Amino acid sequence: MRGAGLYLLVGGLIVGTGVVQGWNTALLILNMGLVSAIMALGVNLQWGIAGLFNIGVMGFVALGGLAAVLVSMPPTTEAWAAGGAQILGGLALGAATVVAAVLVWARLPRRWRVWGTAAVVIAGFVLYRQVMPGGMAAVEAVNPAGTGYLGGLGLPVILAWPAGGLLAAGAAWIIGKTALGLRADYLAIATLGIAEIIIAVLKNEDWLSRGVKNVIGIPRPVPYEVELQANADFVATAEGFGLTPILASSLWVKLSYTMLFAAVLIILLVLAQAALTSPWGRMMRAIRDNEVAAEAMGKDVKGRHLQIFILGSAICGLAGAMMTTLDGQLTPGTYQPLRFTFLIWVMVIVGGSGNNFGAVLGGILIWWLWVEVEPIGAWLLSTISAGLPDGSLLQDRLLAGAPHMRYLTMGLVLILVLRFAPRGLIPER
Amino acid sequence: MTDILNALVVLANFVLIPATAYGAQLALGALGVTLIYGILRFSNFAHGDTMAFGAMVTILGTWGLQSAGITGGPLPTALIALPLGIAATVLLLLATDRFVYRFHRAAGSPPTMFVIVSLGVTFVMNAVVRFIIGVDDQSFSDGERFVIRARAFREMTGLDEGLAIRTTQVLTLVVAAICVAALFWFLQKTRTGKSMRAYSDNEDLALLSGINPETVVRVTWLIVAVLATVAGVLYGLDKSFKPFTYFQLLLPIFAAAIVGGLGNPVGAILGGFVIAFAEVTITYPLKKVLGYLMPESLEPDGLVQLLSTDYKFAVSFVILIVVLLVKPTGLMKGQTA
Repeated sequence: MRGAGLYLLVGGLIVGTGVVQGWNTALLILNMGLVSAIMALGVNLQWGIAGLFNIGVMGFVALGGLAAVLVSMPPTTEAWAAGGAQILGGLALGAATVVAAVLVWARLPRRWRVWGTAAVVIAGFVLYRQVMPGGMAAVEAVNPAGTGYLGGLGLPVILAWPAGGLLAAGAAWIIGKTALGLRADYLAIATLGIAEIIIAVLKNEDWLSRGVKNVIGIPRPVPYEVELQANADFVATAEGFGLTPILASSLWVKLSYTMLFAAVLIILLVLAQAALTSPWGRMMRAIRDNEVAAEAMGKDVKGRHLQIFILGSAICGLAGAMMTTLDGQLTPGTYQPLRFTFLIWVMVIVGGSGNNFGAVLGGILIWWLWVEVEPIGAWLLSTISAGLPDGSLLQDRLLAGAPHMRYLTMGLVLILVLRFAPRGLIPER
Repeated sequence: MTDILNALVVLANFVLIPATAYGAQLALGALGVTLIYGILRFSNFAHGDTMAFGAMVTILGTWGLQSAGITGGPLPTALIALPLGIAATVLLLLATDRFVYRFHRAAGSPPTMFVIVSLGVTFVMNAVVRFIIGVDDQSFSDGERFVIRARAFREMTGLDEGLAIRTTQVLTLVVAAICVAALFWFLQKTRTGKSMRAYSDNEDLALLSGINPETVVRVTWLIVAVLATVAGVLYGLDKSFKPFTYFQLLLPIFAAAIVGGLGNPVGAILGGFVIAFAEVTITYPLKKVLGYLMPESLEPDGLVQLLSTDYKFAVSFVILIVVLLVKPTGLMKGQTA
């Protein structure tokens, strides 16, 4: 009952935005809100249901974005010819080194294994450095202003969404295997570190995704505005509604995204809800509430943790691929932990950790707040500073401060919710 | 012989001295994290932003002093403004504890709750710092820049390579040493310090012996404010002040604290230097050093830079993971709970 009311309230906020700021803005917020809701579902699966403290969401989201590039962009044939084989060889060598190191560690007797593993790692690294840089330089030299990277597979971008999930799942498997046995704080630091490393890779490995030169013009799953405007039927229909073709086309594009994203969200929500109420979900919550007791009952705590860590991360990767598709570009420089990790956490906590509907509600509501705080803050600050003499230092500071109102608001919301309603808006049942 | 000396000088100039200064800064940061963990029993994610706040107030004080015509002469003016920064940070942390953490302490919230609360505090502090000083780089180092200049060193010793020691590097070591000595004296010799250690070792027993937990907590925040501000100011003097880099410092700082053993002050210092030396050595191109040491035929072609500086996070991270897997309590025995 309360949940339905809150959902109505969020719907009202979106509609209100549409009335006041225009429907383009409202749909923009809603689309990103839906993506955020999917990320929140992933974090809720890990934290709310299994109690895993993952603050590397940003990394998985970025991997999803990378998948969007690798799947949908056209391949750069010249670059493949120049250094593709060498890079693949280098990567294979790197992977072989890791596998060999793990095997040596597991197989050698205790007193030799540190030295043996170190020797394998160093030898592998030296070999890798012999092969990799040449290939990278060759690829990056191919038309650096336009491509300078290997490109993707040239497949439809929708396929990138599950691919993003898979990529994130693969990374999560590696991280989970090493770090999941650790205490909550240690897992937190480990995931935070992994996320920073993933971003560093995206920023620096130009052959992979052009680094900070960004990949732009990622293909869309929906029609382009100019195509719609050239379509006589569409123009006629738009005029039937009393809309100009330009406005109608941009609204229709956004609405198409909304429908796609909503479909994905609903499917995931149904699945998550089914998982939560199934025996598997009850077991997960039992493990979360008392690991020792669950283990004594014969539950495989480590295995279950790994499973749900991978699932949650895959959902974040999927959402990351969707977000990059929506933006139409991959810009590694814009990934910041406060925006892509901690904001998602605020969504889950405010919505109600452990409750899927809460996480989705929190995702859309907090995203709306995140976007709207800036204009509201700017208005508030300009009202406050209106009485000050023009050009004074304080006035400048206040006006320049508007973008930072977002962080302040999110911090206060998180602190207040944890104090007065720690179970969130729609508490776990 | 001169080749070896030259190699040593290059190594000292580009690796040993910067890493020592950086290590001291990390150690001060890690001490703050480890104290919070030992006494309040949670990982404080707001520590990087606490450092940024302290440094920011100090910078504002420095600007104020400079415009009033007061400078530190050969030393950075920021040293005079440091007490102001410390005082402001003490007030900030005590207020945060009073209005945010105390409630959760009384309610007996689990440690992860505290960590998430500290994320909220991170957001707020981040906003406050950016609001007041903006997001840009601020350089506030003044006074004499070098203790020894590269050229003077070359002329003095007749070697090909120069050695430059910056004032901020010497200052970092001196100030850090004073802070650490004072902290250990306090923890070992004073009544309050002893009660803090007792509280950290066994909370129930400490409470039974009549130790007032609120006093212990307040003193801890006070010490943490001093350490964080000093670390923040020293880092800012040595490199430059940018709010976002302070947030990113969290990773090496936590790595240092965990590698040393969370909750163990000696370990935090050790961890700080381990992380700093590893980071600087692995990301510095060693070609020049090896060039002096090896016969010409064996001289390396490449830069012998193991990792580009952009991957310095990876270094602290890998050390962290290896230590956690091999010795989960850290190098020095830390608390495990």
